[in-house]
Formats: sequence, structure tokens, C-alpha cells
Amino acid sequence: MADRWSAGVIPYAEMGYWQPDYEPQDTDLLCAFRVTPQEGVPPEEAGAAVAGESSTATWTVVWTDRLTTYEHYQAKCYRVDAVPGVPGQWIAHIAYDLDLFEEGSIANLTSSIIGNVFGFKPLKALRLEDMRIPPHYVKTFQGPAHGIVQEREYLNKFGRPLLGATTKPKLGLSSRNYGRVVYEALRGGLDFTKDDENINSQPFMRWRDRFLACMEAVNKAQAETGEVKGHYLNVTAADMEDIYERAEFARDLGSVIIMVDLTVGYTAIQSLARWARRNGVILHLHRAGHATYTRQKTHGVSFRVISKWMRLAGVDHIHAGTVVGKLEGDPASVHGFYDVLRRNRYAADPSKGLYFDQEWVSMPGVMPVASGGIHAGQMHQLLHHLGEDTILQFGGGTIGHPMGIAQGAEANRVAVEAMIKARNEGRDYLDEGPEILRAAARHNKPLDMALSTWGDVTFDYASTDTVDATPTPS
Amino acid sequence: MRLTQGTFSFLPDLTDDEIRLQIDYALTRGWPLSVEFTDDPHPRNTYWEMWGLPMFDLQDPAAVLDEVRACREEHPEHYVRVNAYDASLGRQTVALSFLVNRPSHEPGFRLDRQEGRDRQIGYTVHPYATERPAGRRYASGGSGDGARSNGHGG
Repeated sequence: MADRWSAGVIPYAEMGYWQPDYEPQDTDLLCAFRVTPQEGVPPEEAGAAVAGESSTATWTVVWTDRLTTYEHYQAKCYRVDAVPGVPGQWIAHIAYDLDLFEEGSIANLTSSIIGNVFGFKPLKALRLEDMRIPPHYVKTFQGPAHGIVQEREYLNKFGRPLLGATTKPKLGLSSRNYGRVVYEALRGGLDFTKDDENINSQPFMRWRDRFLACMEAVNKAQAETGEVKGHYLNVTAADMEDIYERAEFARDLGSVIIMVDLTVGYTAIQSLARWARRNGVILHLHRAGHATYTRQKTHGVSFRVISKWMRLAGVDHIHAGTVVGKLEGDPASVHGFYDVLRRNRYAADPSKGLYFDQEWVSMPGVMPVASGGIHAGQMHQLLHHLGEDTILQFGGGTIGHPMGIAQGAEANRVAVEAMIKARNEGRDYLDEGPEILRAAARHNKPLDMALSTWGDVTFDYASTDTVDATPTPS
Repeated sequence: MRLTQGTFSFLPDLTDDEIRLQIDYALTRGWPLSVEFTDDPHPRNTYWEMWGLPMFDLQDPAAVLDEVRACREEHPEHYVRVNAYDASLGRQTVALSFLVNRPSHEPGFRLDRQEGRDRQIGYTVHPYATERPAGRRYASGGSGDGARSNGHGG
């Protein structure tokens, strides 16, 4: 290793960042990167470069490494697999010692792993596909402020997906008109309504007026139905002072839930998650902006990784795809996201894009939210793909109902209850779904209208972010 | 009004056969059933009266249905619900909960508003039924005197 310390530039693979014999430890944080090297860069060197640039390395040899136990801090690329059927791309597996990261900090974790390396010139493109968070690190995070079980107990709602709707139009409604939409949707049968991600505090409707109008609507709907209802009051704002002011006002008005956008950043989300647990308010996260870096297969961060980070950060809800709706969502990938969010442990499953086993050591699950271009006529498919612990959000599919908003809500509620009942009765609800819905519609006019209005509207486009199954580790 | 708590409140009231199918579903998943009743349907009234203990050891759907019927006969003017409980690690909560009886007249709730400063309003949902003492709510019938053993507990 004498050469290792000669001044100048030497390949990363020769500096200890490529260690094909390395056995990952239980405490290591593991990453799977999709690497697209520039022409002439061997995959092992590309993987080693990623390991180096996301841990201790800089572009040249530095003698100050020798003041440290540098082998300990070096990330180690221990495996590189060609992506099946996609020439020029490899999956590099890299192990990081836990000492590289600050306890309980998504900001530190991400600054380390994705801080610099994504702009590294010897790579054409780089994507963080998955991350195994060791239990030792999981336990340093708060996790969901409430989680799925506590949320259901809080809401007194069991055995079926929850239903929601985003108030539409997103922009321009006054607080009085906005509250009307909330009231109609909740009294009609939805459990939740929601602010949109960009509803913060604009000239046409300031946040305080919106909060007051929505809580009048929520409480009135509760009295009419005898059910707990909620509206996700979006507290996203320019700074934490404003965010806390809005969150506290929502709490003081008795709202069961608030929401925040991913655009506020990881640290703000962690702060708000702590606040949400202290104050008994459910925290909904809208993944605003995520597709800028999650959608393209060759470059960015997979949403399954964002899902993991957000479960650690402590949100109770997160939008995670619909499979059948208008937004990106390959079925296999979405199933993978839902596993990440809801299960206590799972084994690696390349067919869902899950590269590693993951153990959550009883950290509560996050409720995935399905939103964007879904309607009552897809209820059998939604239940099949997404299961019971999910929130189905029908915005247009409620507010656009020809008979009215309350009737739109009722159609969705009748559809979900009919489908759950049929499933529990042992029927093949996926196959018989349309028939089950038609039967339920015979004694429910709003569902009948919903089915004839939207019928089998689907958004049938090829997904951009799909899974390339890699061989399971031998 | 029609109280819409429970998993199936937007469907026509379940027949006994339909109730049995749901019980059957719960039992095949290993979820014990329990029956509860109340004359206070406030959405935050979590603790309805227990019709005996959860039926941990009862595997026969027909026998569970018998308990549902017995509770309904004793409390025809109460809300009665069936709960299925999932004790598995990570759940340890109710898995399914649906109404199997309603009073013949459901008067619903009043919304009380306490006007505070700065346009803030404090809200209270008030069940009309609770204006009368427990046991004398809704129409005649149902003693509402609390739990009774179903002989299957413990």
C-alpha cells in the first residue's frame, strides 16, 4: 500500500473503496445505487467512486487521512451487479459504518449519502435505489408522531380504507366557499378533506380565515354524522415561526390533523413531527416536488428511499401513489413503497424494487395516501393494490359528481364499504368488482351516477419509474 | 339522522346471514369477536358497555351470532356493535367494527358553539339522547344498566 499515500490522483478502487470481500455488518447502513458510468470507467471503479465521494474521499490523496482510523470511515463498495437488460447501468452496493452519521438526523444522513456525489463527473447519472437502515439507527429517530394504529383508534375508524378529498379548485376559493366544499364532502361520507400543497396563505384566502372556515365545516359534519372528521390544515409557510403559529392555531381549534409539504425540508418536517406528537395532532405530508428527483430511473433518489426517510422523520401520512390514477406509479414499485411505509419488517424483493431486508423494530407505520385521478369505479383495483391501511383521496371524484359534492362523497363511501363487505364475505372482489359496485349502486343513486359518469376512466400510460429486477443475492 | 360509525354504515343494515359472514371472516383471521352496546353514540364515546368479555375462545360463528342476538334482544333500543380484535404484534387493536343494531329513532346531535375572542369558536357535539338519564334514552325497552355476562368470557 505504499502507493496509497503518494501525492496525486489514484483510482478510488485502489484506495480501499472497492472491497468485494467485505461482509456487511448488522450495524452498517447499506445503499444500492444505480450507476451509469462515463465511457471507459469500469463499474467497480464507478462504485468505489460513489463510496468514496459519499464518505471520506476527495479527488486526490491527502496525508491527513493518516491522522484517522480511515478504514473505519471509508464506505465500502462490496458488490456491483449489471442491471438486467439495461446496458451501461450497474447496481452498486455500498456499506457505511454507523459512525458516519449523526443520531436521529435525516439532514445529516442525506448530506452524507447524497450530498456531493450526484454531480460527480465520472458518472453520467446516479440514482439511490434503496437504503437498508440498521435497527440501531432506526431507534435513534422518533418515527411517526402517531402511526397507523393510534390514528385509527383516535378516529374510531376500523376495517376499511379511509376516504379523503382535496378541495378543488386549488386556487381562488374564498374561505367561506372553501369551507362549503369541506362541509359537503365530510357530511356526505368522507373521513377527511385536505388543503392542496400550494394552499398556504395567499391574497385570495389567508390561512387563519381558512382554518376557521374549515373547522366550522368539520364540526358541523361531525354533528350531522356522529363520526370523527378531519381536514388537513396545511401549515406550510416561509419559516418555522409561521409554521408553529399555524400549527398551534389548528390545535387550539381542535383539528385532529395538520399537513405540511415536503418542500419545507427534512429538518422542518422532523421538528413538526416532534410538535405533532407533543400536541396529539396527526401529521400529513404532501410529497410536493418529489417527482423532480424520484421519477427518472437513471438519476435521483427513488421514492422508496424518501418513504424510509419520512417514516424515520415522523410523519403519519404520506402520498405514495395510486397505481391506477393520473400520476406516476408502476404497480410493483408502489407495492414496494407501501411495504416500506407499513410493514414492521420485510425481506428483500427485487420484483418490488426492494434491494434489502428491512427491520423497523416496531416503529409505527405510516398511512400511505393514494391521490390523483381515482374514482369509485376503481374501488376493487384500489383495494387490491393498496389494501386496507390507506387513505383513498377522491378530489375530482367527489367534487366533480354531477349530483353534488355530498353525493360524490357518498358514492365513494358506499363503494368502499360494499367492496370491503364483499371481500370479507370471501368473494373474488377483484374479478367481480364491477358487478359488486353495480349491485351496490342499485340501492344508491349517487354511486350509480358516479359509475355512469366516470365508468372505467383510467390513465393508462407506461410508467417511467419501473423496477428492473436484479438477481437475488446468492 | 343515521349514525355512520362503523365499517358498514353506508350500506343497508346487515342481515343476520351477512353478520355471520363477517364474523366468519374475523374468526378465520384469528380475530376474537366482542359485542358492545351504548345509548350514548357521541363520536368520542370510546367505551361502550361490554356484552360480557371478548369471546377469545369462541370459534363458532353461529354461537357468536347468538350473542349478537341476545344483546339485541336485551337492548333493542341501543346501538350494538360487533368488534373483531387483532392481537398480533404491530396491530394490537380493533380490526373491524360494525353496527348490528340501532334505536328505532336516531335523534342525532346538536352542535354547540362557544364564541371566543378573535372569531375563534369552541365546538361541542351534544347527543340529544344524553339529555335523558342513562337507561331512559330512546324509546322504551333496554335497561342500559351495564354489562351482563355472556358466559364466554375469561
